[in-house]
Amino acid sequence: MYSKRFDNRKLDETREIEAKVGIIKRADGSAYFRIGDTKVIAAVYGPRELYPVFLQNPEKGLLRCVYDMTSFSVTDRKRPGPNRRSIEISLVTEKSLLPALDLSQFPNTVIDIFIEVIQADAGTRCAGICAAAMALADAGIPMKDLVAAISVGKVGDKIVLDLNKDEEDYEEGSTDMPVAIIGNTEEITLLQLDGDMNKEEILEALRLAKKGCSEIHKIQKKALKEKYMSVKENE
Amino acid sequence: MNEDGLKDYISSLISKNIRIDGRSLLDYRKPIKIELNVSKNAEGSARVIMGETEVIAGVKMNIGEPFPDTPDEGVLMVGAELLPLSSPEFEPGPPNPQATELARVIDRGIRESGMIDVKKLCIKKGELVWMVFLDIYTINDDGNLIDASALASVVALRNTVLPKIEGDKVLFGEHTKEKLPLKKAPLTCTLVKIKDKIIVDPSLKEEKVMDARLSVAVSENNEINALQKGGDKGISIEDIEKMFDIATEKTKELRKHLH
Repeated sequence: MYSKRFDNRKLDETREIEAKVGIIKRADGSAYFRIGDTKVIAAVYGPRELYPVFLQNPEKGLLRCVYDMTSFSVTDRKRPGPNRRSIEISLVTEKSLLPALDLSQFPNTVIDIFIEVIQADAGTRCAGICAAAMALADAGIPMKDLVAAISVGKVGDKIVLDLNKDEEDYEEGSTDMPVAIIGNTEEITLLQLDGDMNKEEILEALRLAKKGCSEIHKIQKKALKEKYMSVKENE
Repeated sequence: MNEDGLKDYISSLISKNIRIDGRSLLDYRKPIKIELNVSKNAEGSARVIMGETEVIAGVKMNIGEPFPDTPDEGVLMVGAELLPLSSPEFEPGPPNPQATELARVIDRGIRESGMIDVKKLCIKKGELVWMVFLDIYTINDDGNLIDASALASVVALRNTVLPKIEGDKVLFGEHTKEKLPLKKAPLTCTLVKIKDKIIVDPSLKEEKVMDARLSVAVSENNEINALQKGGDKGISIEDIEKMFDIATEKTKELRKHLH
């Protein structure tokens, strides 16, 4: 039985979260997002011209996303460059952000998002989405609202919010379900599951995800305000 | 401003010994910031910020078979990724010539200075040795990635501890207190020629208009361990001599950042 969490958190408690925007000067928008020991940065470039030209869409802009991990972000060295996992995560990240954007204002262009995991301790795709959403806002891309993401799941017999690596690796069984939610519309834009849960457990986990995401939304907004308030004061 | 205009502007300033960002010709950007333990999952890692240029370097260790021609020596592998996150000019994909050059220049400085005591990385001659994987990632490119990467690499290696092993397997994530066996610390100074002036630590704008570039890796006793000439124009022997003297002085300054 999993009676007490490895790091003594309550079942519905996230790890410590830290967020910052404008960390990469050359990017049009950028952000740092840390949740526990998972540290991720993201940069947005664009809207910019899209080549080759045949990819251009006169109706709307294209969103492209690349998720990558540094070789030393994990205990077992990751070979640099894309792999099957990172390609899939790039795809679902793109799909989790797209519904929050209206790209019809940017015909023929591309908005590139690059996500880099610096230190991994579970929940990297969710942290990447949180950072990417903030970087998009920092780049001034119009959005319905910020997108927040967090992993929920089942560790042993308990439904928990924000699994860390120890919990993901729990010997007696662990199920991981990453979820992304758009702030104001509460639409779910990322939903994956890896493990074993029944319908009631999943619905319970989704309620936890909603709570976690609403906490993250506040932190994301605060980080954006901090940057732009300080700009105003400097003027 | 187009490139010709920028070049005229930068070189007219430099002829008066002023640089576009206010530095004098032989000044590095200040402060140079160094942060350790960028990733707890690395055996050693560091971040270097020079002006607005930022890079991170990390070391992962493994054990494996030595190369047949060096059966009693550990193995060093250096990689560099010019992340598209760090510049609008970098694109996703396998390392391009610039990334490969960066990795190889850093590799030569470390390898040829004998910084790592590779003989001490031998576990069983001909069968099992330590392998050192050093990877460099650019976070923000505002010029002179070479010097920032060289410094980050040396700091990361100096902070590297060996992981635990059991038989011929590494217990990833578990570390000993044993440091990597190191002898020296090569540091790299990159000099650039614009018209008839020599400057150090070029910013991105200066790199765009440079005529020639020379990177010099210097270790403690002023030995030169690696050279790399870049840029589209040639350099005279007289200039190279001057550049060596400057690089020797400047790497001494950079060395103060190593603790």
